[in-house]
Amino acid sequence: MEWQEVVIRLFKNKISLIGLILIIFFGVIAIGAPWIAPPSDPSEPYMVPRAGWGFEPQPPSSEHIFGTAEGQYDIFYGIIWGTRTAFRIGFIIVGISSFIGILVGTLAGYYGGWFDEVVMRITDIFMAIPFLIAAIVMTTILGQGLRNVMIALITFGWMNSARLMRSQVLSIKEEEFVIAADALGAGDFRIIFKHVILNTIFPLVIEASMRMGSMVITASTLSFLGIGAPEGYADWGQMISFARNWILGGEGNAIKYWFTVVIPGGAITLFCLSWNLIGDAFRDILDPKLQ
Amino acid sequence: MSKEKLIDVNDLATYFHTEEGTVKAVDGVSFEIYPGETLGIVGESGCGKSVTSLSIMRLIESPPGKIENGEILFNGKDLTKLNQKQMRKIRGNDISMIFQEPMTSLNPVYTVGDQIMEAILIHKDVSKKEARQEAIDMLTKVGIPLPEQRVDEYPHQLSGGMRQRVMIAMSLSCDPQLLIADEPTTALDVTIQAQILELMNSLKRQFGMAIMMITHDLGVIAEVSDRVAVMYAGKVVEYADVKDLYGDPKHPYTWGLMYSIPHIEKDLERLEAIPGNVPNPLNFPEGCKFNTRCQFATDKCRVDEPELEEVEEGHYSACWHVDKLEEQKAKQGRG
Amino acid sequence: MAEDEKLLEIKNLKKYFPVKEGVFRRTVAHVKAVDDITFHIKKGETLGLVGESGCGKSTAGRTILRLLEATAGEIWFEGKNLVDLDKKELREMRKEMQIIFQDPYASLNPRMTVADIVGEPIDIHNLASSKKERNEKVADILDTVGLGPEYMKRYPHEFSGGQRQRIGVARALAVDPSLIIADEPVSALDVSIQAQVINLMQDLQKDFDLTYLFIAHDLSVVKHISDRVAVMYLGKLVEVADKKELFDDPKHPYTQSLLSAIPVADPTYETERIILEGDVPSPVDPPSGCRFHPRCPYAMDICSEVEPEFKDYGDEHFAACHLLEDE
Repeated sequence: MEWQEVVIRLFKNKISLIGLILIIFFGVIAIGAPWIAPPSDPSEPYMVPRAGWGFEPQPPSSEHIFGTAEGQYDIFYGIIWGTRTAFRIGFIIVGISSFIGILVGTLAGYYGGWFDEVVMRITDIFMAIPFLIAAIVMTTILGQGLRNVMIALITFGWMNSARLMRSQVLSIKEEEFVIAADALGAGDFRIIFKHVILNTIFPLVIEASMRMGSMVITASTLSFLGIGAPEGYADWGQMISFARNWILGGEGNAIKYWFTVVIPGGAITLFCLSWNLIGDAFRDILDPKLQ
Repeated sequence: MSKEKLIDVNDLATYFHTEEGTVKAVDGVSFEIYPGETLGIVGESGCGKSVTSLSIMRLIESPPGKIENGEILFNGKDLTKLNQKQMRKIRGNDISMIFQEPMTSLNPVYTVGDQIMEAILIHKDVSKKEARQEAIDMLTKVGIPLPEQRVDEYPHQLSGGMRQRVMIAMSLSCDPQLLIADEPTTALDVTIQAQILELMNSLKRQFGMAIMMITHDLGVIAEVSDRVAVMYAGKVVEYADVKDLYGDPKHPYTWGLMYSIPHIEKDLERLEAIPGNVPNPLNFPEGCKFNTRCQFATDKCRVDEPELEEVEEGHYSACWHVDKLEEQKAKQGRG
Repeated sequence: MAEDEKLLEIKNLKKYFPVKEGVFRRTVAHVKAVDDITFHIKKGETLGLVGESGCGKSTAGRTILRLLEATAGEIWFEGKNLVDLDKKELREMRKEMQIIFQDPYASLNPRMTVADIVGEPIDIHNLASSKKERNEKVADILDTVGLGPEYMKRYPHEFSGGQRQRIGVARALAVDPSLIIADEPVSALDVSIQAQVINLMQDLQKDFDLTYLFIAHDLSVVKHISDRVAVMYLGKLVEVADKKELFDDPKHPYTQSLLSAIPVADPTYETERIILEGDVPSPVDPPSGCRFHPRCPYAMDICSEVEPEFKDYGDEHFAACHLLEDE
């Protein structure tokens, strides 16, 4: 199947269309952030402006349409600029870890032998470590900050792609067209790029789009736990962590501070959902058994 | 022939309604099978031979498939009119089927004995113990060595040829009147194929059932058939006694096929290939479906579709230009 | 062309595949796919290599091309032992020997256009100085296999099986090889298309002075296209002879039964059929002595103990059978 056909089918499929629209919506917000929520200090646009120093969140008003969080951080501003953070976290983590996974998986699968054994045992060791705990420990050691969160999540996030890629390569390298290229005298580099990777990449694309959402959630979790973004940084996870003390509501009103949880939570959920929808749709479109 | 017809297929049409369009897989096919005879159905991929057999078994997946037209009279009863429950009584009991790939038609988690017994228990009123004995008897009849031991083995423990024997044992366990064999030897090696063909011929004599043999292999057809229907693009194009068909083909397609295959029994300098490609079922040509590849084709062939007509006694051909074919044969001095 | 000039000579070729088990991937046994075969192919001829599935004929073909590394033995081609070549020399040598595959669907990269598939060997070996020259060459080669230049921009899935096989032939021809190993090139094609490809291969052989190793299980096809025929059984050659010799006077009981098992497309043709008992044994643990003895209708005591020698019984009619030694 050709790329064009895949794109056409993505648009024809209702579920993936919803996913696409959502992602485009988030993309527009991310790109338009400086206009939607103009920063007061253009040199530090990711720092969420504060409307005072009061402790208690303030409900939505005409000035702060999503209200303010604990410490009077403007939720609207945090959500808008946090979209950029979400995309950045997702693309960087998924991009680099997928790249590592593809590289490792391709080499292990293509060359096989002892190299494969060693690399895959290392992969097994990494997989045996609980992901979230490993990420927390590593971030703590490296020090707080989004960059370190990303390093930690990349370090422990490449193994699935590596395994998937390896199994793909193992099956494709027995294909006759790969053997034919070998018989023509093609070098390893040419075989890997022109014949192997081009024919194995689709499942990796599906996996990557599924991982986009989950990586953003994990990064948010770390921010929620206070080892992610620095205080005041526009990040959805942090926006939720501001709500930690207010989730149970105020006296006599359990949903008094709903906006502190629902708005950033909703943003994360929709963001994740959109990538998963696209991933699912990709899988349906590309799965040869379903055609 | 004045004998009672066992199965009489009249103008059968089975279409598949897919996203890309309607596939007229079988489009107006008629033939009959008499008790105890073997009808060979030969054709290339996409000619509709397998769909024909699945239509008789009413195993066409619907949607997208549907029997659009025609009747399938089995002992006078129209199978297309039966509901699934009535059909189930006929399948496996009166008509049974064996397939190309015996591994995929056997369930890997049950022993071969269990699977044969299941077929027996569904259709016959016997105890489990009797069914097991019958299963062992069937395995003996299909030439499986040590049947008492084999009956408790799993399909993966058997070779391809043995599995096909098990499939045959299963399909014959209820004494069917018609056995449909869809490319039963295509996946097998030539020495194993010879074993299975011989087995089928001897079982036919022993059980007296009729066989509908579907294959692309002109050699296999010649070995086992009494009569042959040649299919091309969803139609029967030639229909005759096996000796007449091979000795004196009356359709340009059959004639072309005979000279395009290498023959083990005679030497040919060069094969005479039929030009062009096997037509795509989504897009069959207008008129005679063979016109795009036929050396005798005229404008008439491109517009009007010829019907199957009796050109000699018991020898049917669907061609406007049987006379031209005869001329060509006379010119080349061969039949 | 000098008569009887050997283009390819195979000596005692073996290819074993290890069977690994357990956590430490210990080798517990070997599949003896090709077990000590010796034969040669003369310049300009077609040698048919026949046998049933699992007999090792495809493995033999791929080992000769060093697509699989030989376990032991020599492969002499144009004065060089291919087994000794290093990677660079081997790549250079690939221009001389090519392969055509069975499956016209699996053997073409679905994401490349026909121009890129056929042009790939030209790119690899720098056979064209410019993009224009390359595309002209591709169009030329496509023309020789009967495909017009209008097909160059298309992808494999837009073609029928026969056309794809032509593309596979064109790719092999692009480097102008002297030997082509054809691994079941027509067995996946429809009956009416097989003849087209066989005829094409015969025409190309004449036009380009090609030598073929034609691997197939279909004896009628092999008989039609070959000059000499080699018969394999369970990793061993059992008989090699001139085509006419082999089909008229098969010496090995396996060849005899193989020939008699072919269904003949003529209902009036009567043969005496030798139906072999049982199945082909496993190549992991092949029978002792002559590998064919458990199925052989003429097996003697010696057959299960001593392996028969593969030797010339006159006029280059080679066979390996104890029955012949007594004569």
